Amino acid sequence: MAHPLSNIIRTERLPHEFCPGCAIGQIYHYAAKAVEELGLDLNKVVFLSGIGCNSRGVGYVRFDSATTLHGRTLPFATGIKLANPNLTVIVVTGDGDGVGIGGNHLIHAARRNLDTTVILYNNGVYASTGGQVAPTTRYGAYSSTTPYGNLEQPFDLCDLMTAAGAAYVARWTTAHVRSAIDSIKKGIQKKGFAFIEIVGQCPTYFGRYVLGTADPVRCLKWLRENTIRREVAEKVRAEELDGKIVIGEFTDRERPELTDRYEKLRQELGKIK
Amino acid sequence: MDKRFPPSTNFMLGNHACVEGALAAGCRFFAGYPITPATEIAERMAKRMPEVGGVFIQMEDELASVCAIIGASWAGLKAMTATSGPGFSLMQEGIGYAVATETPCVIVNVQRIGPSTGSIFGQQADIMQARWGTHGNCHEIIALAPSSVQEMFDLTVDAFNLSEEYRVPVILLTEASVSHLSESLAIQGTEEIKIVNRRKPTVPPESFLPWDAAENEAPPMATFGDGYRVYYTGHLHTGEGYPVLSLPKYPLAEKALKRLSSKIRLNIDKITRVETRYLHDAVTIVVSYGSSARAALRAVLEGKNAGIKVGYLRLITVWPFDHAKIRELCASADKVIVAEVNNGQIFHEIERSIGSSEKVVPLLKLADTHTPSEILAKIEEEM
Repeated sequence: MAHPLSNIIRTERLPHEFCPGCAIGQIYHYAAKAVEELGLDLNKVVFLSGIGCNSRGVGYVRFDSATTLHGRTLPFATGIKLANPNLTVIVVTGDGDGVGIGGNHLIHAARRNLDTTVILYNNGVYASTGGQVAPTTRYGAYSSTTPYGNLEQPFDLCDLMTAAGAAYVARWTTAHVRSAIDSIKKGIQKKGFAFIEIVGQCPTYFGRYVLGTADPVRCLKWLRENTIRREVAEKVRAEELDGKIVIGEFTDRERPELTDRYEKLRQELGKIK
Repeated sequence: MDKRFPPSTNFMLGNHACVEGALAAGCRFFAGYPITPATEIAERMAKRMPEVGGVFIQMEDELASVCAIIGASWAGLKAMTATSGPGFSLMQEGIGYAVATETPCVIVNVQRIGPSTGSIFGQQADIMQARWGTHGNCHEIIALAPSSVQEMFDLTVDAFNLSEEYRVPVILLTEASVSHLSESLAIQGTEEIKIVNRRKPTVPPESFLPWDAAENEAPPMATFGDGYRVYYTGHLHTGEGYPVLSLPKYPLAEKALKRLSSKIRLNIDKITRVETRYLHDAVTIVVSYGSSARAALRAVLEGKNAGIKVGYLRLITVWPFDHAKIRELCASADKVIVAEVNNGQIFHEIERSIGSSEKVVPLLKLADTHTPSEILAKIEEEM
């Protein structure tokens, strides 16, 4: 039986190289489903990633695609999208890649409101190098470089992206499949910068170091039990949100988009000359 | 809409000539970050690109600039960035990525004194950084050194052509003293400027192997959006482009890695260019490039007028370095003076070419450029 997404997944490359129970397969599945459900021309879709566990996924999708440099995926996306605005550019990145080493580029791409969709897989650690602390690791959490617990506070990526100027911002977990797919679809359709954070299980590192389990099902249950809807979160006291993952749509707005503005400039200059 | 510069004679700034050369070569994407002494390139690009239907973007830093031009190149546009020493250091990882993914692009480095912030004074500082700045050693790079405003235009066109032909980043190694020089520039008509465009695949997508080519060539390059669904990676890769983790298991990946060097080395005769004068009876030869070649030529002419048997050898292509050609050209001379504005970079390559440290004499200066009288004094001293 053919793989139901064999027009999108490079099935000849399977089996994949991810740890058992890793969230990356799920996240690529969400992205592939979103592209399929939207009925996009598969020859006009570009998938990009940086470096880290997440980056290996892009080699399994049948699109024009690239595993770029660590942290620099958004600049590559900027070049591609400005060079050919007819392409749908989807970036899949991790928390270390996207907001650790690549934070500056992420902020600027949001500020420019570049018409791209960023799917950021947040597992709370640097996993491909063996479980080091990330800018998203919980306060006090153990990792291989915080053997005494994390002394730093993590980013709230959705707050960051909203402040930077993104047109669409949402957060889900791998325990919220349908919502995640719907947000990716909404992000792709949004004319502007869309940021979808997906908090996903990393049984190998976050699971073992922070939750004390390498069982993916227990990790997923933990995700489900530790989430709270944005609408509910707004009504409860701050202490009750301690350690909770707030999920939902945070931003959905219209702002001038970069490639649009550039095309208008070229047209205006064409009329003057 | 074609707003390229018309055939004309102009009085132009070197950095501006570089922009017009890029546009004439078909460059339609520029990403950059301001830095002295390269900024005039970005400023003129900002004005000119939308006029010719291209794209200008000022990125958040040089890391982003080099990555943006690689992306634009994948999407089918000829792309360029411009910087100076500190920014060039930041671009090294991206340059290596362009080498590994065989992405055509042009990087202008208006060299200045280092290390670190150094100063904005010109220096031929980054000859070795251009060659070895990115990590690894299984690759070649192409670098050109203009010595006039005319060459800021002409060699920029050449840089794009070489980049498209060999699918390699080409570095225009200019200097503050050439980039900030204003002098005459003749611009030819479009039909007289030779333009090279990358080869595109001629087979259908299902039978296209994006990294399969003979050892002396770059493979055809598909454009994003054309249906070939190409995957790029900086990983060591097979002919299909997928990452490999073990060389012995994947001899095709080793072949692909070696081709990054052989596609350049096996075409070195076509790529490298020198300018020579009075070498036939020269007892002393002055080797130079870039700004120092201007003073060297004047010094050689004055030496000739004074009856000295002195010749002039200028490197137009700095990398790849054609040791055999240099050895042959310098064979009959007793002394080879290498005039360069740094602490000795090409000097060591010339030593490697000739294989004799007594015969090769450095004439080094650390900032700006030599004066003709400094070079003439050295010629007389070595007689």
